Amino acid sequence: MTAALVRALGDFDLAEELVQEALLEAVEHWPKDGIPDKPGAWLLTTARRKAVDQFRRQARFREKLALLEGVLMRDDTAEGDDRLRLIFTCCHPALSREAQVALTLRAVAGLTTIEIARAFITSEATIAQRIVRAKRKIVEAKIPYRVPAERDMGERLDEVLAVLYLMFNEGYLATAGDRASRRDLAEDAIWLAGLMVRLMPEEPEALGLLALMRLHLARADSRFDNEGNLVLLQDQDRTRWDQERIASAMVVLQRAATLRRSGPYQIQAAIAACHADARSWEETDWRQIMALYDALLALMPSPVVELNRAIARRYLVGAEAALPEVDALGEVLDDYYLFHATRAELLRDLGRDAEGRVALGRALELTANPAERALLQRRLG
Amino acid sequence: MKYVLLFGETKERAKQWEGMPDAQKQAAYAPINAWFGKYGSKITGGHELQPDRTATTVKFNNGKAVVTDGPFIEGKETIGGYAEVTVADLDEAIEMAKGWPTGGSVEVRPVVDRGEPER
Repeated sequence: MTAALVRALGDFDLAEELVQEALLEAVEHWPKDGIPDKPGAWLLTTARRKAVDQFRRQARFREKLALLEGVLMRDDTAEGDDRLRLIFTCCHPALSREAQVALTLRAVAGLTTIEIARAFITSEATIAQRIVRAKRKIVEAKIPYRVPAERDMGERLDEVLAVLYLMFNEGYLATAGDRASRRDLAEDAIWLAGLMVRLMPEEPEALGLLALMRLHLARADSRFDNEGNLVLLQDQDRTRWDQERIASAMVVLQRAATLRRSGPYQIQAAIAACHADARSWEETDWRQIMALYDALLALMPSPVVELNRAIARRYLVGAEAALPEVDALGEVLDDYYLFHATRAELLRDLGRDAEGRVALGRALELTANPAERALLQRRLG
Repeated sequence: MKYVLLFGETKERAKQWEGMPDAQKQAAYAPINAWFGKYGSKITGGHELQPDRTATTVKFNNGKAVVTDGPFIEGKETIGGYAEVTVADLDEAIEMAKGWPTGGSVEVRPVVDRGEPER
């Protein structure tokens, strides 16, 4: 079936993806609706429908590209190169992060300004102006419309991936209440990451980011209970995790590993994979997670990563060993609510309840996210 | 395409630079000279500026020119010099700026193109 699609589409990765999507749909529908008379034909029809959807998106992309054409110079080469040029131009470091995000959603993902405005809970005029300003800077400062030279590729690819990850988090971290009314930016970001992987299949970090996003999203539904309360990883109903999505992330991550160039996104995906792999909270491989945090710290030293490693140490060794590591971060992370929330947990474990409550209070002062606030308030009692 | 690279440094650093003994200053100039040498064919103008204590600002208040002591940029940073460069695009200008050897910060500004033939 994949081969039939490859012949029809001339794109192996796309064909593979479509088959996988069709299978996912089968898993969803067959148990409910019964197995169709001709399962093979059903799958092929579904895959074909998915292909049409994809091409619609591409058509939308071409439309937007045409819109940009007046502004950006372009020469005639393969379409894939064109897309890459567009992505790298939209994510040029000379543009602000906000502008990069808006421009990428508009020009590459084909969203309208209204859709982008809704996703960021801001006015259409704000987004429109942001995009106009960015396009004007591209022209006036002469930001080149091209795929960066080999020499700059690492840095520029990081920039693109950072834009996509920010986009993803904007959607993923939205609370349940918000989520209903907001466009699913996480899905847009995943689509764009998939596009990067198709266009640059030899870039392990692009694969790593795609895997990371899929792993996060596989758990998205279990992050909130029916009342919209945040559910922590340890309390999540693991049967609600999207196993197909997890499996597809693992495939992507393995492909990244074969390229033998590790990087922060791959390591973060590997950490997420450790959690996804554990059938229960108790079975979590904290030793492996600690080792991965050590590797991540070596590549990308950051106090937040140190905090996460300390949390892993808590579960591997105990609160007594973890607390001094957390305390050592007090100066740099004093404004970070998770620092105080983590400290509160450790202090409680050690029976230092009064201090724990002070830390919880401080955490509460530092977050505006309603779901996170509700969780902290429940802990305060 | 023409850009001006504005070389910014903190006032503190500018002072240190000034206070350097001549021999040390000369050594410190070596990487700067190397930078100008490397990009010589693309640099179409520029100067190092005297420290900002030498600056005089003429400010217009309701059309009346008022002369005051000091630079018009207030803050911790000061402009130590500038170079006009002629390159293909922003990426090339950024690459030159990234190679600037003395640290601080470099602002890259395109100049207004009035469609005159390139010199």
